[in-house]
Amino acid sequence: MKKELIELRVNGRDHEVAIEPSALLLDVLRQELQLTGSKRGCDDSSCGACTVLVDGVAMMSCTLLAASCEGQEITTIEGVSEHGSLAAIQKAYGDWGGAQCGYCTPGFIMTVKSLLAENPDPSESDIRDALSSNLCRCTGYNQMYEAIRSAIAAERCAVRNSEQGK
Amino acid sequence: MTQPTPRSQRPTTDFSIIGKPTAMVDAAEKTTGAGKYTDDLSVPGMLVGKILHSPCPHARIKRIHTSRAEQLEGVVAVVVGKDAPSPYGILPVGHDEHALAVDKVRYVGDNVACVVAISEAIAEEALELIDVDYEVLPAYFDPEESMKASSDLIHDNRPNNLEKDYHHVFGDPDKGFAEADHVAEARFIANEVTHAAMEPHSTLAAFEIDSQTGKPGRLTVWSSTQVPYYLQHKLSLVLEIPMAQIRVIKPLVGGGFGGKSEVIPIEIIAAVAARKAQAPVKITYTREEVFWAHRGRPRTIIDLKTGVKNDGRIIAVKARVVQDGGAYCSYGVVTILYSGALLGALYDIPNIQYDGYRVLTNKPACGAMRGHGTVNVRFAFESQLDELAAKIGMDPAEIRRRNLLQPPCITVNGLRVQSYGLPECIEKTVTRSGWKERKGKLPRGRGLGVACSHYVSGAANSIIRSDMPHSTVNIKIDRDGGVVVYTGASEIGQGSDTMTAQIAAEVLGCSLSRVRVVAADTDLTPIDIGSYSSRVTFMAGNATLRAATEVKKLIVAAAATKMNCQPDDLVFREDAVVSRNGHVGTAAIESLPRAQPRGPAEQSSAATVSGRVEGQILRGSLQQKRKDEGPKDRMTFEEAVVAAIDFHGALTGTGSYAPPAEARGGKHKGAGVGPSPAYSYSAQVAEVSVDEETGEVTVHKVWAAHDCGRALNPVSVEGQIIGSVWMGMGQALTEEMVWKDGMLMNPGLLEYRSPSSIESPEVEPIIVESVDPEGPFGAKECSEGSLAATIPAIANAIYDAVGIRLHESPFTPERVLAALRAKKNAKAINLTEGVDPTSPTRFREHGGSLWFKGKGPERHPLDPSRHEPAGGAD
Repeated sequence: MKKELIELRVNGRDHEVAIEPSALLLDVLRQELQLTGSKRGCDDSSCGACTVLVDGVAMMSCTLLAASCEGQEITTIEGVSEHGSLAAIQKAYGDWGGAQCGYCTPGFIMTVKSLLAENPDPSESDIRDALSSNLCRCTGYNQMYEAIRSAIAAERCAVRNSEQGK
Repeated sequence: MTQPTPRSQRPTTDFSIIGKPTAMVDAAEKTTGAGKYTDDLSVPGMLVGKILHSPCPHARIKRIHTSRAEQLEGVVAVVVGKDAPSPYGILPVGHDEHALAVDKVRYVGDNVACVVAISEAIAEEALELIDVDYEVLPAYFDPEESMKASSDLIHDNRPNNLEKDYHHVFGDPDKGFAEADHVAEARFIANEVTHAAMEPHSTLAAFEIDSQTGKPGRLTVWSSTQVPYYLQHKLSLVLEIPMAQIRVIKPLVGGGFGGKSEVIPIEIIAAVAARKAQAPVKITYTREEVFWAHRGRPRTIIDLKTGVKNDGRIIAVKARVVQDGGAYCSYGVVTILYSGALLGALYDIPNIQYDGYRVLTNKPACGAMRGHGTVNVRFAFESQLDELAAKIGMDPAEIRRRNLLQPPCITVNGLRVQSYGLPECIEKTVTRSGWKERKGKLPRGRGLGVACSHYVSGAANSIIRSDMPHSTVNIKIDRDGGVVVYTGASEIGQGSDTMTAQIAAEVLGCSLSRVRVVAADTDLTPIDIGSYSSRVTFMAGNATLRAATEVKKLIVAAAATKMNCQPDDLVFREDAVVSRNGHVGTAAIESLPRAQPRGPAEQSSAATVSGRVEGQILRGSLQQKRKDEGPKDRMTFEEAVVAAIDFHGALTGTGSYAPPAEARGGKHKGAGVGPSPAYSYSAQVAEVSVDEETGEVTVHKVWAAHDCGRALNPVSVEGQIIGSVWMGMGQALTEEMVWKDGMLMNPGLLEYRSPSSIESPEVEPIIVESVDPEGPFGAKECSEGSLAATIPAIANAIYDAVGIRLHESPFTPERVLAALRAKKNAKAINLTEGVDPTSPTRFREHGGSLWFKGKGPERHPLDPSRHEPAGGAD
C-alpha cells in the first residue's frame, strides 16, 4: 500500500509522518514516533493498554486509524508529566501500588485523566465504571482506587495552595 | 543491638527502610511510559518474525513447502524445525519440545514455521504461502480417555500418554479411615485457566560479529522472561553455542504469573531466525497467540476422600489427581508433585495417600501458574473440610483451628515447618469479617465462607539438580558513595528490585536513593534461578542481605579505626555512622537528618545532603579537614566509604543463598518437590450473594490475612495479597479456557472473562508477621499463597448462602443453576441443548494475525470428535 504524508499533533508537537492509510494510531505512535509508552495488550480493544486522549476523549489507539486523527490533539502517557516531574496521578499510582508490572498503567492513567477532566469529583462507582474499560491482571484494582482518591486530594490541595498564594 | 547477619536478625522492629511503605524503585518509569518492555525495543536493521501455527491437533508433518513464501518480496528467511532440531524443555526430565515442529505437531497452534520479513504485514502474507502436508492422526482431548491410548501416542516414549504418575503413602491411611467418625468423598473438577499477563510475550534476538573471526559470534537476547538464566541455558542447548556466547537481558516484564517462567518457543525461534536471517529479529505474540502458548493451570480432576474424628481432627486423606497436561511436559512433573506434597504443611494430617497422574493430551501445554499445583487440590480439600464441619456440626473456622500444626515440626511427608502464622491469620480474618456475629445470620442468598491455604517461599531443591546457590548477589560501593547491587533476580512487577534495594539500604544504613539495582542481565549479574515459586524475597533477599553484610564489614572496620572505637559500637543508619559508645549515645542519632516518615514514599532529604558532601570529597578538602580534627564520634556514610576505600580500593561484597539441608525434604521418589525453607499462610473469609433466579454469584468482599513473615514493603505485600485473591476470584467465578475438539473457544481477554473493575470486590488485606528465623529480616513469600484459599472460600460462602456444594470451578451461573435445581430435585435443564455454541470452527481473527485463514483443525477420519458443523460450511 502506498504511503501518504499526514500531520499528527501529539503531546503539543506537530509531526509529519509517512504512513499507509491502513496504519493504526498505536503502531504509528510506537513505531514512527517512538512513543512506546502506549502498549499493545490485545489487538482488539479488549484491554485498554493502548488508551490515548484524542481531543480529550479516551480512545483505544489499537483500533483507530492514524489518518483519522489528523488535525486532532493527541495526548499520550508521555505528555502527562508536568514540567519534568510526575503528575499527581502518576505519583499516586507509584505510592499506592496502583502499578505493579506497569504494562496496563499508561492506559489506566489516560483513562483516569479523561475521567477527572469530565468529573473532578467522581464517586466510588463513577471510578469503577470508568476503569472498566481497561484491564489489569496484577492489582485487583483496589490500590488504584486509593491512588486515584489520593491524586484527587493532592490536586485539590495544590489548587487551594495556589489560590491562597494569590 | 547486633548487626544483621543472615541467621540472626536484629531483635527489633526499629528499621529505617524495612517495613515502611515504599514506592517501587521503577514506579516512575512505569507511570510515565518511559520504561522499556521487550516489544518497546528496536535495534537498527531489525526484522519482524511471524510464526505459522498448526491447524491440526495431532499430525505428522510430511513436507513443508516454503519456496513460495521465500520468494515474496520483503521476506528474508523462512525458518523450519530442521534449522534447530535439538529438543529442549524446562525440566531435565522433559526435553520433549522443539523450537519448531520437527516431525509432528501435537496441538492446534503448535509452532511449524517462522517467516522473517521487513514488516509484519509482509510476514503475515508470507505465512499464507507456506504449504504444509500433514498426515492427520487421532487426537486425544480428555485426559481419562488419553490414558487408555495404546496407539498414535502423543510422544512415543510415553506409554498410555502418561507423562508421569506418582503414588505416595504416608502413615497408614486405611487404618486412619477405619478410625474416622465421618468420611466425605467426592469428585472435584477445576477447569483450565491461564495467566493472561497484560504484556504479550516478546523476544528480540541479535548476533554480533566476532572481531577475531569476522563471523557471527555472540548472541544477545532481550526477552519477557521470568527466568533469564534458564533461557540462556536452553538457547545454548538448542543453538549449540556455548552459554558464554549468549547474553540474556530481561527488560521490564509486564506480568508473568508463571507464564514466562519457562522457555517459551518464541524465545528460541527468534534466536534461530536471527541466525538464519543474519539480522536482528523481533517476535511478539498477538494476544490470541498468548492464549495458545498457554502454560497455565491444567484442568484437574480430583477424587478426594477425607476422614475426621468427632472432635474435628483430620485423621486421613486420600487424593487421586489427574491433570490434563497438554501436549508437552513443561513443568508438569513438578505440578503433579506439588498437588500431592502440599496436602501437607498446612494442617496436621497423620495419614496421606496420594495418586497423581500427569496426562498428555493434544492441547497446548500446561505449566506453572501462580500457586503452582496447589490451587485446584486446595479448592477440593477446603470445600470438603467445610462439608465435614457441617456434618459434625462444627464451626468451619473452628475445624481449621483443631487441625493446626505444632511447629517447629516435620510433617508426615517430610516438610519442615518453622514459622507458622496460620492461627493468627484465622483469628484476624474471623475478627475483621465479623464472622461470629454474622455467620448464619445474613439474609437468604447471602453468605460467608472461610478457607485457608499456604505456599512455598521458593523450592528447596532447584529443578536443575545442582548444589550451586539458588541466588547470588554482588554489591559494589565506590568513592561516590553510590551502592550498586547486581542481582540476577527478575523483576516482573512483584517488586523484586525494590525489595533488593530496601534490604541493601537497611543493612548498610544508607538511604534508598543511594542504591541502584542492576538486575537480570546475564553479562552483568550473578546467577539467580529466576522469579518463580515465590522464591525471590526469601532467596535473593537473603543473598542481598549477605552481600551487604559482607561489604559493610569493610566499612565498619575503616570507620572504627577513624572513630577510634570498637566495630561493634558503630550504628549505621540513615546515611550516617555513629558510635553508640558513651557520650554520643542516642542523642547523636536523633540529631541526624532523619528520613521523612514515609507516608507512601516521600523522598528523604538525605540525597541533597549527600550531594553537597560529595562535592567536598571531590575537592579533597574534607579529607584534610577530617585529618585535622582527629577521632570523631560521627561520620557520614560517604566519609566512612571513603575511609574504607582508602584501605581496600573499591568495595565489593558477594552473598549467596542455598536452602539448608534440613529443609530439603524426605527421601521418597518425588520428595524433591514441596520442601521449602519456609511456608506462607493465608486464611480468608469471603462474603457473597447468589441470585437464585439467574445463578449469578457476586463477591462483595474478601478479608484475606496472609502470613508473610515480615512485610518488607507493606504496600507491595498488600498489593500481592489483593492481586492473588483477585486472580483466585477470577478462577472461581468466570475464567475458564473453553475447549472444543482441541480448539480454544475463547482466546481473547473479554471472551476469557478476566474480571474488570466492575466485577472486582473490595479485598481487605491483613498482614500477619510470624518473623521466620531464616527469612531476610524474617520475610517469607506473599505473592502466591493467598490465591488458593479464595476459590474454596467463595465455594463455602455459596453453600452458606443457598445450601449448594459446587464441585466444579468456575462457578458460572449455569453450574450454580444446575446445582440449585438438583437440590430441589427439579429436572435438570440444559441451557445449550440442541445448540452448537457460537463456536468458531476455525481460528478467530484477532488483530493483525492472519495465520488462521479458514484452516480449521483437521480431523483424522477415524477421530471420534470429527463431525461436520450443522448447516455446512462456515
